[in-house]
Amino acid sequence: MTIPLDVEPAADQAAGPGDARSGGRSGGMARYALKKLGGAVLSIAMVIVATFFMFRLIPGDPAIAYTRDVPLSPEQLDLLRKQMGLDKPLLEQFLDFVLRTLRFDLGTSYEYKRPVLDLIGERVGPTLLLAGVGLVIAVSLGLWQGTRAAWNHGGRLDRFSTGISLVLWSVPTFWLGLLLLMVFAAGVGPIPGIFPTRGMEGVDAPDGFAYILHVGHHLVLPCLTLVAVVYAQYLLVMRSSLLDEIGQDYVTTARAKGLRDDEVRRRHAVPNALLPTVTLVFMHVGFVVGGAVSVETVYSWPGLGLLFYEAIQGPDFAVMQGTFMVLCAAVIVMNTLADVLYHVLDPRVRST
Amino acid sequence: MSATAGARRRTALARFWREYRRNRAGVTGGVILVVAVLLAVLTPLITDPAGLDVTRATGAKMAGPSLEFPLGTDESGRSVLLMVLWGSRVSLLIGFMSALLSMVIGTMTGIAAGHFRGWFGAVLMRITDWFLVLPQLVLALVLGAILGGGVSTIILAIGVTSWATTARLIRAQTLAVEARPYIERSKALGAGHWHIMTRHVLPNVAPLVLANTTLSVASAIVAESTLAFLGAGSGEVSWGGLLRGSYDWGAATSGAWWYILAPGLCIVAVVMAFTLCGRALEAVLNPRLRGVPR
Repeated sequence: MTIPLDVEPAADQAAGPGDARSGGRSGGMARYALKKLGGAVLSIAMVIVATFFMFRLIPGDPAIAYTRDVPLSPEQLDLLRKQMGLDKPLLEQFLDFVLRTLRFDLGTSYEYKRPVLDLIGERVGPTLLLAGVGLVIAVSLGLWQGTRAAWNHGGRLDRFSTGISLVLWSVPTFWLGLLLLMVFAAGVGPIPGIFPTRGMEGVDAPDGFAYILHVGHHLVLPCLTLVAVVYAQYLLVMRSSLLDEIGQDYVTTARAKGLRDDEVRRRHAVPNALLPTVTLVFMHVGFVVGGAVSVETVYSWPGLGLLFYEAIQGPDFAVMQGTFMVLCAAVIVMNTLADVLYHVLDPRVRST
Repeated sequence: MSATAGARRRTALARFWREYRRNRAGVTGGVILVVAVLLAVLTPLITDPAGLDVTRATGAKMAGPSLEFPLGTDESGRSVLLMVLWGSRVSLLIGFMSALLSMVIGTMTGIAAGHFRGWFGAVLMRITDWFLVLPQLVLALVLGAILGGGVSTIILAIGVTSWATTARLIRAQTLAVEARPYIERSKALGAGHWHIMTRHVLPNVAPLVLANTTLSVASAIVAESTLAFLGAGSGEVSWGGLLRGSYDWGAATSGAWWYILAPGLCIVAVVMAFTLCGRALEAVLNPRLRGVPR
């Protein structure tokens, strides 16, 4: 397939000599990736520092706050304060915290009496399953519908899908989850409850291939909720970036060449409009994480979001702190990937 | 202020109103907002807060809509209509105040980052980008849980986590404004940083700030309801808090649809109204968007 990127005069060619670009192509790429990597490391460092100081804001004795509901004698509390390093100066506590975090020691949960990292490890799988399937569906649906809406902008389909997106954007994720739970899991009136109300697997989970179907059955409603909330954004982004392309000269040229409408769209306009959209897909990962917390809570989906929610209920500060850092780090990594990917895909931004 | 400036402002306002009135979606949103705010303000005058007390609830538990309780009752027999009315006060208050806070932080950071180009601006943008990337809801939940419940802490938690997009937008606009020749003239005449930022940049970005704030009230109300639902709420009766109660008492699985629909539809209606108003303001105030199919 020929990538019709060269159809449009590249911004850097118009701006200046092209030899700077062709000479340092691979070197520039590596330098760019390194710079972004440095930015990501700095961001994660900022997360660690912010976490330390944020969790110092907890009112009262941290030792008591961290072990809430676990009865401890004064001696045990003293020992715990020593273990947590609360008797040391703040700077030393801070350095301890940073060193432990860098060794992936996220502390111990007093609620579960287990290391936080183990708890997180158990919960990563279900979240990846839910968010992964949800994202793939939401992205394909959003891009497809967004393309159709933009190509026939002003038409009935356009107004309909823009309206739907606007409504979905206004709906809180958890409320949509509650509605779907009520209608399709509990059943309303003539509609029987056809999907499970909670969890990833029932007590009677079968083995083998049947197990996949069993989990898939549980996955339908949480996934549907996540998709509904997320896809609207992709639709709007794809629509507006395709609208920007439709007005460009190269589209007119392509039409003048006598290409069919479908070909103009598929081979010229859409690939160019995809670039900013792909970046935004990754940039919105933070939003997806927020949505996942709500969805997992409503459907008791045993992922990271539910762990985080349970930590807030406790409150189990050790788990909250660990999950927070892991979620933030994941989002930062995804964003950095998006930046680098954009750079690889779009020759126009390389010069800037 | 001279009389001509006043007259100019009046005609500008009249033109703004004429254009806004032509935007049907914006007018619809505006009407919904006026009704919602009026109801929230009048609630203490037209209803009795005693009905919110669990011990003095008169209705049957989880009863469907009836003449006495038009929107049914909750798990302890309180009227859902009454709770929705009182809840609107907290939800709207938190929505407005946290949007205001986020706007103040965002505008100040944006103007400063656009005005001071050196290392100071770079550091500000670095912080802004950091806040932009982080999962907003997760950060707000942590802040809400750490600081403990209360209306002011929730306002703080939402406001502090949601200003980054505003700051980016305002910075871009500041850069555009400062490229104009009259800023250079002003500098040549000896204007200081403060004078340029408050007298030249701020008035130019103010319309954008207004449109943006309207949109951020919408997301702040969604954020408030989500925080309350996830158990990091203000502790007061709010729409999100009501939905939390409905979830705790299994309203979804026991078919108590009124308990879920009433607060949820209120959130959707108000959030959509703010979104419509914000988009209408944007369309009217931003000449670039005029005539563009968006």
